[in-house]
Amino acid sequence: MSAPQIGVSTRRVGGRERVTGRQRFVGDVRLDNLLHVRLVTLDCARARIVAIDTTDAERVAGVRAVLTAADLPDPMPRFGPVYADRPVLAVGETRFHGEPVAAVAAETEEAAEEAAALVRVTVEELPAVLTVERALDPDAPLVQDPCLRKGPLAQTNTLREWHFGWGDVDAASAPCVVENTYTFPMVTHFAIEPHVFLASADHDGVTVWSAIQHPYLLQSTIATLLGLPIAKVRVIAPDPGGAFGGKQHAKFEPLVAFLALRTGRPCRLALTLAQTFQAVRRTAYRVRMRTGFAADGTIRFQDVVTDGLLGAYADIGVRVISKSTYLMCGPYRVPDARVHVRALLSHTPPATAFRGFGTPQVAWAVESQMDEAARRLGIDRLAIRLRNLAHRGEEVVRGDKPADGDWHEAVHKAAEAIGWGNPLPPGRGRGIGVAIKSSATTGASYAIVRLHMDGSATVMAGTSDMGQGARTVLAQIAANELGLTTDAVQVVMGDTGVAPFDLQTSASRSTVFMGTAVAEACRDVKRQLAGMATRAFGADDVGVGNGTVAVEGRTLSFPDLLVAGFAGVRGEVIGVGSRRGEADTAHPLGGAPSFYEFNCTAVEVEVDRETGELLIVKHVSVADVGKALNPAHVEAQDEGAAIMGLGHTLMEHLIFDEHGRIVNLGALDYRIPTTKDLPLELHSLLVENEDGPGPYGAKGAGEGGLFAVSPAVAAAVTEATGAVIRELPLTAERVWRALRTEG
Amino acid sequence: MTGATRRDGYPVRVTVNGAARTVEVSSTETLLDALRWNLDLTGSKECCAEGECGACTVLVDGRAVNSCLVLAVESDGLDITTVEGLETGGPAGGRLSRLQDAFLEKGAVQCGFCIPGMVMAAQALLNENPHPRPDEVREGLAGNLCRCAGYQRIVDAVLLAAEEDA
Ligand code: FES
Ligand code: FES
Repeated sequence: MSAPQIGVSTRRVGGRERVTGRQRFVGDVRLDNLLHVRLVTLDCARARIVAIDTTDAERVAGVRAVLTAADLPDPMPRFGPVYADRPVLAVGETRFHGEPVAAVAAETEEAAEEAAALVRVTVEELPAVLTVERALDPDAPLVQDPCLRKGPLAQTNTLREWHFGWGDVDAASAPCVVENTYTFPMVTHFAIEPHVFLASADHDGVTVWSAIQHPYLLQSTIATLLGLPIAKVRVIAPDPGGAFGGKQHAKFEPLVAFLALRTGRPCRLALTLAQTFQAVRRTAYRVRMRTGFAADGTIRFQDVVTDGLLGAYADIGVRVISKSTYLMCGPYRVPDARVHVRALLSHTPPATAFRGFGTPQVAWAVESQMDEAARRLGIDRLAIRLRNLAHRGEEVVRGDKPADGDWHEAVHKAAEAIGWGNPLPPGRGRGIGVAIKSSATTGASYAIVRLHMDGSATVMAGTSDMGQGARTVLAQIAANELGLTTDAVQVVMGDTGVAPFDLQTSASRSTVFMGTAVAEACRDVKRQLAGMATRAFGADDVGVGNGTVAVEGRTLSFPDLLVAGFAGVRGEVIGVGSRRGEADTAHPLGGAPSFYEFNCTAVEVEVDRETGELLIVKHVSVADVGKALNPAHVEAQDEGAAIMGLGHTLMEHLIFDEHGRIVNLGALDYRIPTTKDLPLELHSLLVENEDGPGPYGAKGAGEGGLFAVSPAVAAAVTEATGAVIRELPLTAERVWRALRTEG
Repeated sequence: MTGATRRDGYPVRVTVNGAARTVEVSSTETLLDALRWNLDLTGSKECCAEGECGACTVLVDGRAVNSCLVLAVESDGLDITTVEGLETGGPAGGRLSRLQDAFLEKGAVQCGFCIPGMVMAAQALLNENPHPRPDEVREGLAGNLCRCAGYQRIVDAVLLAAEEDA
């Protein structure tokens, strides 16, 4: 039996492939006889499609298909994870800049490009809805065709509305009431790998290649759209080159599949980075928040109206909005709460999941309110948080899952690491913020573990390894349970034709859900080994450990037992495991969270009064992870989240012109952090109390580092300069202006 | 560009990872395309295609170059090193370079999409400055975007490789 594989920082499984360039990403997939696809798009967000003339395009040498809505089934096939509202190609009207009205498949990229430019689309540009204010305007045009929607909201741009809360806010009063509006803009995922999709008609079905987080959902989407049995749709999902929520759901895979079927040839669509920006983005929020505080800083009530700005189609953004605002009181005890939430449609790219799933947007408001209350009441900003922060077992949403971690411990750790309360040089300030995210509520993961004759093992799991290290941690779990090192474990993922069903790779759920399924599959293997030992040796006294079997005082290795048990005929032992979270229809979110992801972030910031530029001197992130199965991986995830949080805090936002076009489309104009934006000191610290629902007490991790970066940095700016900013990002220009108004 | 039928073919002679190669390229094709599709060296990646992300970084005569900005027809006579050329002893059972190993040792790799370009930029940095200070590494890698990592571990990996090189 080898040493424990849990809680050790083994090297990344697949790391060697990644430093040598041998890792095959979806863009590196080669198919013979390939056709190249180009999209035909318009120069504005919203336009009525009057006519499409494909004659000239079809004449280009090498063109094999020019597909328009007229070539697709009528009514237009639509898809989406919550509402089937997104058409395969725009029909009648475009609804966001970049939405294709046609697609070309040709023998070469040049021919496809040339033909796409020759598709003549006669359009009439129409006014677009681009902001929360406009979406709520009763005179604004409707983004979606009311015929496609049900209920009274169909005649508005409000896709859905929720009312959460408890107690009686109207009856509640407080000596200190803080009331403000906070905005969080649209930002883009900017995975360094742009989207690439391939499809090929195979035998009597179709195979689709996409670096997608949820291959099994894509499989059923394609099956439904094409009228195929699920078994005839195979999704091959190479490890994504970064995803962050942006690769969860179907985009142009259905279109490419239709083209493959029509042409009888494999088709490939590679989006440019600009097109990737137009594909999906983070849900923008406007939060109006009224919070009542007692003189000692105790929260008395929370009264909130939140508007989340979706794009033209619901995607999973609609769930982002409900799930995040359900925790609109953060990790605090609040006696009375009222939360009114609207999900609004607009003529912008679909809003989808993005690391944190709405939590950074919520925390921006909640935590900024805490800072303002502390300043008004003359209370220390750390103290006001500790006064209200839920202790283990206390509810943060009345009647729902109580606090499941020692969050106070995490806050103390962060405060100590940042040197809270120590004197600061002029021009510097500190900030601290906390947040929780509701993890996965429901869903199922299945795993198969095959123990081979030599004792090595193959794990088959439907999780996507998009950089978070799922392969590594699943290999560690299997290795630990079977007494191996990770070198002797092969993890097979990314192919619905091979690995069993997994609902999705999101919500930091994989370690908890798939990790449990893998551990269970290993235990299934061990149960079978015990049976085998009993049969082979006629013994009743059999004990199966991690890698060894004790048979009446003798210790055998797994391979020895397999040789004896299979008696000369080779074979393998196949274990199956699963973890299901069943739905609770009475719960507003369809189920209580399996755990909370808690983070405390503290920063020290230096403000350049002349330029408004911010220097992050020190950045501390503390995550409550239950148990870090691979500490280096967990810390690295958290560091990455911290830097991503600095991105939307300091520099990132998509800017639209009046035609609904993204102005800063591409790496030149849309800046994300580089090595030069790295804080002078960056620390990721963990709280490990083995109190999570996953294997060995693990909770999910990897999102928390970006939850509370914005309020922490903004509060540091306020401490350093007095300027209060409630709009993101905190660009040098915005800070500079705020400093001028502050006088 | 995926190496399908071309209307104009120009022969270009280059040295890639130590071997002399002749490739037929089109007039619009980039060096990145030629490497990826004509020579099957898909380690170099494309992200922005406009010289802003560094995913396509290769070494030309030992210096870092964004291969998405170089036309393949202009590469005649160049000595090019791609990420595939860093390992010694060939791709199967080859030995990682100190720098590659340092990336793994420090946990600097997450999804890995930026890593080939990042490693090549770091290699170019070390070629010019074998013992950089941390701020020089931060400065030297500022043209290479990584969306996964906190960058800290990447900087640490370069410093570790430089240290081992001492
Ligand atoms: S792809 Fe060459 S710099 Fe981005
Ligand atoms: S490791 Fe994913 S982009 Fe750098």
